[in-house]
Amino acid sequence: MASTDTTPKDAGDLAGLNAGLDALESVQAARRPLRQTLTQKVLPPVVAVALVLAVWQSLITFDVVDDPTKLPAPADVWHVLEKAWLQGELLGYIWTSVSRGLLGFGLALLIATPLGLLLARLKLVRAAIGPILSGLQSLPSVAWVPPAVIWLGLNNRMMYAVILLGAVPSIANGLLSGVDQVPPLFQRAGRTLGATGLRGTWHITLPAALPGYVAGLKQGWAFSWRSLMAAEIIASFPDLGVGLGQLLENGRNAGDMAMVFEAILLILAVGIAVDLLIFSPLERRVLRTRGLLVKS
Amino acid sequence: MATTLAKAADGTQSATHAARIEHVSKSFAGPAGQQLVLDDISLDVAPGEFVTLLGASGCGKSTLLNLVAGLDRPTAGAITTDGRPALMFQEHALFPWLTAGKNIELALKLRGTPKNERRERAERLLELVRLQGAHGKRVHELSGGMRQRVALARALAQESRLLLMDEPFAALDAITRDVLHDELTRIWRETGLSVLFVTHNVREAVRLAQRVVLLSSRPGRVAREWTVDIPHPRRIEDTAVAELSAEITEQLRGEIRRHGQH
Repeated sequence: MASTDTTPKDAGDLAGLNAGLDALESVQAARRPLRQTLTQKVLPPVVAVALVLAVWQSLITFDVVDDPTKLPAPADVWHVLEKAWLQGELLGYIWTSVSRGLLGFGLALLIATPLGLLLARLKLVRAAIGPILSGLQSLPSVAWVPPAVIWLGLNNRMMYAVILLGAVPSIANGLLSGVDQVPPLFQRAGRTLGATGLRGTWHITLPAALPGYVAGLKQGWAFSWRSLMAAEIIASFPDLGVGLGQLLENGRNAGDMAMVFEAILLILAVGIAVDLLIFSPLERRVLRTRGLLVKS
Repeated sequence: MATTLAKAADGTQSATHAARIEHVSKSFAGPAGQQLVLDDISLDVAPGEFVTLLGASGCGKSTLLNLVAGLDRPTAGAITTDGRPALMFQEHALFPWLTAGKNIELALKLRGTPKNERRERAERLLELVRLQGAHGKRVHELSGGMRQRVALARALAQESRLLLMDEPFAALDAITRDVLHDELTRIWRETGLSVLFVTHNVREAVRLAQRVVLLSSRPGRVAREWTVDIPHPRRIEDTAVAELSAEITEQLRGEIRRHGQH
């Protein structure tokens, strides 16, 4: 190949050669058109939900289950939701739980981030509490509710304690594995550029560990939300205000299955909404800028 | 333009050596006790000189480069450089969370360039490697050759007197590599930088360098040196390049053969 190309004696020729190579080898990344997004991303889950509803309704219609205290009709659950909305209570339930969940998650974030960095930097600390932290991740956070009630009483502080015990290990571990997966080449490149010590942590380690950290945040939110629901269901107490967990427990006590379903659906909806509105876009953004989002 | 880039680095009179490697040895703890990787290496790089370090696998050429870069310490001997050298790797080592331009600006920031000058300097460096307009491009949007040119621009942003290159073109296809050889030669001549370039590719070494240093393997020692006075522009297919390459290859093969004999 070298013998066939013309000798680029002058700079202009070399520049032209370079421009040609660049044009040939660059990948053109196009964004997915809206129509494709609708048919490939939005339509399938909508169809799946519709199918579940259809099966549910047919169970009632064909009298497979004819006891409304076991399985309410979709329309009954809808009426309960509608009533709660018209009475202005629905947003109250949701807000009580969501505000607790987000505040607890925020606290977990503030504690877990320095903890994760400390674990990543200090081998001794890591050897000491690393295994405990990963072990805590597999402990169902509902197990913390009884001791938290005994220590802190039936109040919001108890709820936050349970959230923290659920979310902090997830977030700290996510950050830790993010830091572990930073390619050594980035650290070396950073050091030759003069990014050492704290400047290295800030300019190289933290941004390089961001994908793992965001994955940890996502999991941390899921754990926060689950812990909170466990706490609300077990420790329901009138003075605490009615969140979604209490709503479920109230429905059970009243033998109102439609209300139980209402609560379950709302808990699910909030969990999905927070993930869909906050964490998934964040994760996609982080991965896309790094070219790590593989298009299928 | 490029010369002023290099001059602005320290403004002081440049030293008599860009790098001075004196009786440097390096050993690592291996399974069979201490393993000697580099044995009593002495080598000077003059200001503005282009030297290639050539050797087969296991000659410790990358180890030597790490020592010069200050990423590791020699077991014995001393290394002095004129300021902190810039280093370019075989992999581009660009940070994927930053755009091409911001990668260069980070290097400028870390060496203390004021904020309001960074953008313009980054643009000028991108122009120098013929990537004007690529400031906002993400690393994954660039081709292999473009990435190495951004990496070169980032290394140049450090405004070091000495550029260390660790097989920077080894992973590229032949055509791109050939073009980058021309570009590197052009930039070296424009900036007056000293370059210490590690490779295992004999023709690459001859095509680029003023001086080729052959290292023997296990442990690495300076086996022989050649001065290359073939005028630029050189082509990889030039007769003079081919002849000297053949001579060096013969010597390199001899070095490798020695290891099979005991």
